[in-house]
Amino acid sequence: MKSVRIGAGLGFYGDSWRPVAASIERGGVQYIGSDHLAELTLAILQKDRQKDPAAGYTRDLVPMLTSLWPLAQKHGVKFLLNAGGLNPEGARDALVAEFSKRGWRAKIATVTGDAVIGRIDALRAAGESLDHLDSGASVDTVRSRLLFANAYLGAQPLVRALEGGADIVLTGRVADAALFLAPLIHEFGWAADDWDRLAQGLTVGHLLECSGQGSGGNFNSYLENGWESVPDLGHIGYPIAEVSADGTAVITKAPGTGGRVDFDTVRQQLLYEVHNPHAYFSPDVVLDMGTLRLEDLGGDRVRVSGATGKPRPEKLKIVAGFDDGWAGTATIGYSWPGAMNKARATETIVRKQLAETKLQYEEIHTEFLGFNSLLGALADDSKIDDLNEVYLKMSVRAKDRRLAEAFPRQFPWLALSGPPTASGFSGIEPARQLLGLWPTLVRRELVEPEVKVSLQETAQ
Amino acid sequence: MKRRLVDIAHARSGDKGDRCDLGLFAPDAVTYAVLKREVTPERLARHFAGMASGPVELYPLDNLLALKIVLNGALSGGAARSLRSDNLGKCAAAALLRMEIELPPDLVIPANAGIQKDA
Repeated sequence: MKSVRIGAGLGFYGDSWRPVAASIERGGVQYIGSDHLAELTLAILQKDRQKDPAAGYTRDLVPMLTSLWPLAQKHGVKFLLNAGGLNPEGARDALVAEFSKRGWRAKIATVTGDAVIGRIDALRAAGESLDHLDSGASVDTVRSRLLFANAYLGAQPLVRALEGGADIVLTGRVADAALFLAPLIHEFGWAADDWDRLAQGLTVGHLLECSGQGSGGNFNSYLENGWESVPDLGHIGYPIAEVSADGTAVITKAPGTGGRVDFDTVRQQLLYEVHNPHAYFSPDVVLDMGTLRLEDLGGDRVRVSGATGKPRPEKLKIVAGFDDGWAGTATIGYSWPGAMNKARATETIVRKQLAETKLQYEEIHTEFLGFNSLLGALADDSKIDDLNEVYLKMSVRAKDRRLAEAFPRQFPWLALSGPPTASGFSGIEPARQLLGLWPTLVRRELVEPEVKVSLQETAQ
Repeated sequence: MKRRLVDIAHARSGDKGDRCDLGLFAPDAVTYAVLKREVTPERLARHFAGMASGPVELYPLDNLLALKIVLNGALSGGAARSLRSDNLGKCAAAALLRMEIELPPDLVIPANAGIQKDA
């Protein structure tokens, strides 16, 4: 019986592609789906594009494919990547230039049409409010501050690209799982309303879209067989799915790699960043996880079956980003004795000085690194009085960049004139732009006619 | 007998907008039944009171021996605008594992389970 083998590529912009080579070389994969776009990545790419109109795609694309392509070509492996970000055509041009220079031949497809920032008024004129999906707030409250707006496209344009013979499919914003669902629809010819099979494909995509998190990475267990027993994270194998025509899949990884694929590591990823597990939305199908079966077959193999699919939603999700001010930050450390006491005294001094000067911030956030910066209000404060050391980290939100950058300048004097043992000051760090995200919905027919798939072959 | 969740379950958390979502996983059906009984939306709301400003949602998944937990209004408006170090809510799962629940006296816990060292 025919099966299709898909491997996980990157799980975010900046992830490692070394494990992808193992999946190609020893994992028998035919496709790699690579997810470069977290919810906030487009914000980073927007900043790049403001500086350079040819940028706006994830810059790991060209080095990654330059590194992997000779191996991929030898094994006949195709790639689907959302590394196009805000500029899929720019990504293609950069890739074509590099491949042509090396005399490498590849057919590269580009999917565009997800960006709707230039069509906000047209969408509203067509009757879409673009109100905030959760709060219901009017888009007018952020309209002048919008920096990007992109619809999550489904698998169908990627299927068209594969049907056109593409070796590499470059997209902007698509549902993460679409990168994995598309080759399954293409290979098995699943109908666009074959909800249960599509739901199986969506499950596979969800299990693979976060790279090593599907194979024992970030495995947050302290039980027997917990994270410390996961072998060789330094050589982790990213997850691979062997999928049958009925959608049943076995999740595994390349032989000789680290990490672990078992019931526990797979189910931790299955529920990751899922809201209602009985209605996990994608543009192609709505998945009910309540009927899924995970069977641990041993030997790093878990069978996944039984997904229930419901008809795809009428509307597509858009995520827009808007300018939400600037953050200024400063960090300064104190040692025993009374480390926490001194850090708190410094916080009080800084807050009083801000109140006495004209530096007015919209928010002041305090953390104590080594004590509560990761657990916040849920940190256990029973040992607070005898810490070896603690770092005070203060951050402010300002409307204006210069105001944010003024904040760390309030600290250097404390070294000689503040509480004792101040050390390890982080320096005058540049301000960081903050972005608000604006999720909303639009009717498919207002977006999908604009979606284009174009194919280009590199010169040999 | 009171025990922390870290001794009997495992968990992962992540972000979506201003929501932090967590999966809590039992090693077996007996422990799952205990989690289902003890880890209620009310208890979760109390445990995460300092973090989540909105309601807590809870979805039990018998087929996975897991609870899906969603904390609304828990990420200071969302990762890209937040001033927090853990802007993605990755450590919320660790905070969940610190929650104490009442265990039936006959529940068998492996001797080496969990982290007892700093209890």
